[in-house]
Amino acid sequence: MPGANLDGLMKAAWWEHGVRFLFGGAVTVATGAITSHYGPSVGGLFLAFPAILPASITLLKRHDGRSEAAQATAGARLGATALIAFAAVVAYLASRASAALTLTVASATWLSAALVLWWLIYGRDSRSLRRRRSR
Amino acid sequence: MTLLDTVLRFLLGGAIVSAFAIAGELFTPKTFAGIFGAAPSVALATLSMAYVSQGGAFVAEEARGMILGAVAFVAYATVSMLAVRRPGTRVWLDAIASWLLWLAVAFSLFGLWRRWA
Repeated sequence: MPGANLDGLMKAAWWEHGVRFLFGGAVTVATGAITSHYGPSVGGLFLAFPAILPASITLLKRHDGRSEAAQATAGARLGATALIAFAAVVAYLASRASAALTLTVASATWLSAALVLWWLIYGRDSRSLRRRRSR
Repeated sequence: MTLLDTVLRFLLGGAIVSAFAIAGELFTPKTFAGIFGAAPSVALATLSMAYVSQGGAFVAEEARGMILGAVAFVAYATVSMLAVRRPGTRVWLDAIASWLLWLAVAFSLFGLWRRWA
């Protein structure tokens, strides 16, 4: 079962949070510049550019090791698959609904799709592990 | 883009990316936390601003492009996962090299879409 661990927040140094903020801001500005220059279709491609993941994987490998980094990348694959659903919902709703409704429904769809995929692939493993431990 | 637009974009993008990064560090196991490594953080910042300045039809067009980018992201994450599992590889180098794969898949799909749409 997924859980939360506050100790995880202490692993990253303050400058690592700063680098992520700067990098996230820079990528968002760059995506806006690409959209202004090349139009919304090409700019849209870069809304799903894996800009942050290399830094996250590298930091994770440094803090927790290669195996944990590989597991996080496997999880990112599920998040990326759910991004397809996010984009499809926005493509359908954007001309029909308000910004708040469109982005809320799309975000809820992304999270739900990612959770269902995780449960189908990894949730069964943790359930069978619990069953084995209780015997 | 005006200077104000650029500053707003930077702050909004930085804040949303940081929030999802913190969520990724908070959760266990790593297969679950990793989901947040592919959160729609840049998309939420960019699309919310595009809604205000360009309108819904523009946002829908951007989202159609994003579907192709997301398919390329799945390919990127799959290759990165296989590369990271291999002992002895430099994780940061593999992850950045996989960007080339993302570009190839995304623009190939974009070319096909443009030809048949």
